[in-house]
Amino acid sequence: MLCDVCKCNDATVFLTQIVEGKMQKVNLCDACSKEKGVQDPTGFALADLLLGIGAAEEIEKGSPTQKCPVCGFTQADFKKTGRLGCSECYITFSEGLTTLLKAMHKGTEHIGKLPQRAFRQMELNDKMRALTNNLEKAVAEENYEDAATLRDQIKQLEHEMAS
Amino acid sequence: MKFAQIMASGGEWLRGEGPHHQIVVSSRVRLARNLRHRAFPGWAKKAERVQTLEQIKPRVEELPEMQDSFSEFLQDLSALERQVLVERHLISREHAAKGIGSAVVMNRKQTLSIMINEEDHLRMQSIRSGLQLKSAFKLVDKIDSTLEGKLDIAYDQHLGYLTACPTNVGTGMRASAMLHLPGLVLSDLINQVIQAVNKIGLAVRGLYGEGTEAMGNFFQISNQTTLGEKEDEIIARLTKVIETIIEKEHDARQMLIQKKPDTLWDQIGRAYGVLTYAHAMTSKEALNLLSIMKLSVDLGAFDEDRRLPIDELFIETQPAHLQKTSQQKLNAEERDNLRAEIIRDRLKLFPKPDMDKVAREPSGDSASSPNNNE
Repeated sequence: MLCDVCKCNDATVFLTQIVEGKMQKVNLCDACSKEKGVQDPTGFALADLLLGIGAAEEIEKGSPTQKCPVCGFTQADFKKTGRLGCSECYITFSEGLTTLLKAMHKGTEHIGKLPQRAFRQMELNDKMRALTNNLEKAVAEENYEDAATLRDQIKQLEHEMAS
Repeated sequence: MKFAQIMASGGEWLRGEGPHHQIVVSSRVRLARNLRHRAFPGWAKKAERVQTLEQIKPRVEELPEMQDSFSEFLQDLSALERQVLVERHLISREHAAKGIGSAVVMNRKQTLSIMINEEDHLRMQSIRSGLQLKSAFKLVDKIDSTLEGKLDIAYDQHLGYLTACPTNVGTGMRASAMLHLPGLVLSDLINQVIQAVNKIGLAVRGLYGEGTEAMGNFFQISNQTTLGEKEDEIIARLTKVIETIIEKEHDARQMLIQKKPDTLWDQIGRAYGVLTYAHAMTSKEALNLLSIMKLSVDLGAFDEDRRLPIDELFIETQPAHLQKTSQQKLNAEERDNLRAEIIRDRLKLFPKPDMDKVAREPSGDSASSPNNNE
C-alpha cells in the first residue's frame, strides 16, 4: 500500500482515529509520518492531516476545468494550497466541498451567529412567506378586499427587501 | 500608541488574575471574517490586498474599543518587533511573515488584537487571563457585530461565515486556552490526556499554536470544528473539558507529593539551582525550568509574591524580548548568556524553596485559588 501523502513510498504507519463516532484512516510512509509530526503525539490531530491529503481529492469530484468566476481560482490551486480563492469559491466548488466539510466538521449547516443583515433578511423572508400564504388563502376564499390589502403589503415589502 | 509602550506594559492577561490562573494561563477566542467577492489574502494580488486593507483598517481603528490603539502596517515593523508580538501571542507566526498589504491593530491593554490580511481578511482575537473563554468571546463578538454593520462580510445561509480555509467555515471561531500541566507531564499521564482530548474532537497544540512543540509544560487546547455547532456550545464544551483537565492536574500534583516526593523535590531543587547559578541558558531550558518554578509557587514552596517575577520571566527571556530590551541584535550564544544573567538577577533575592511548606499544606494551592466558590 502506498503512502497517502507522497504516493511513492510504501506505507508503514497506519492511523485510525475515531472522532465522535466517525472513523478516519490514513496510511503514511516513515518519512511522511515524521514530517507530519505523527510520531509526536502532542502535536498531532488527524483532521489536520486529512485536510492536507483528503481535501484535494474530494474537490476533484467537480469538473476539473471549473474556475471561480469571481477570482479565477481553480481546483489545481486548491490542491496546492488547501485554501480557497474567495468567498464565491464555496459556491463554485460546492459539489466537492460538501463531502469535504462533512468529513471535517460536526455538521454541514451553520447554526451559530447570524450577521444582523442576514438576520433581517431572514425576518423579511418569513414575513413575505406569511403574506403570500394569506394572499392565497384570501383569493381562494374570494375575499378580494383583504387580498388587495395583502398585495399592497407585499409590494411594500418587496421594495423594502430590494433596498 | 508607540511600540515602546507595548514593550513597557505587560498586557492585562500576563498579570494572571483570572479564574484558575495557576493552571490556565490565558483564554483566547478568535473570529475569522472576510469581505464578500474579494479574493482571500493568500490568493489576492498585491494591489487588491492593499485595497482591502485600506477599506478595513480605518473601520477597525474607529472602534470605541480601539481608542488609543497601536496600529501599524506590517512592513513598518522590524523583524524583531514582529517577533515580540508573536512571543506575546498578539499576532500569529504567519502574520509576522507578511509584508505590504497587511496590518495589526491592538488595544492598549493588549486584550484585543486584530490582524488584517492574515489568512483571512480579518482575524479578530481577544485574550483574557485564566479560564475566561466566555468573556473573551463576548468581547470579540461585540466588535464583530459593530464591524459587520460597516463592512460587507462574506456569509452564506447554509455555511455561515466563509473563510479561506474550509476548516474555519461556519462560526469562523477558534477558542483556545493555554494550560500549564507540569503535574501531568511529571507523572507521565499527559499522553493519555492528549489522546482523550483528541478523541472528542478537540486539538492539543504546543506553545505557539499549530505545528509547534510543547515546551515548558504548556499546552494549548482548542476546538477543531467550526460548522454545525453554535459558538456558545463550542465554548461550553471546551470549558467543561478544560475544567476536567484542571482537576486531573491537581490530582497528579497531589499524587506526586504523596507518592513521589523525592522526584518532585529533586525537580524543584534542580530548577532553583540551575536558574540561580547558570551563566548560559537556551530559551527551551529556561522555559522548562521556569515551569518547575511556577509549579513550586503553586505548591507553596515559594511565597505567593514570587509568582509575578516568575511569570514575567517566561516572556522576558524569549529571544525577541531579550534583544528588544538590550537594544541590540544578539547571536545565540550572547542571548543565552544574557538570558541566564537576567534570570540570576531576578532570583538573587529568592529564598530557597521550602519543601516543608508543601508537605504540611498539600492542598494549599487549590484552597487558596479564587475559583473554589465558582
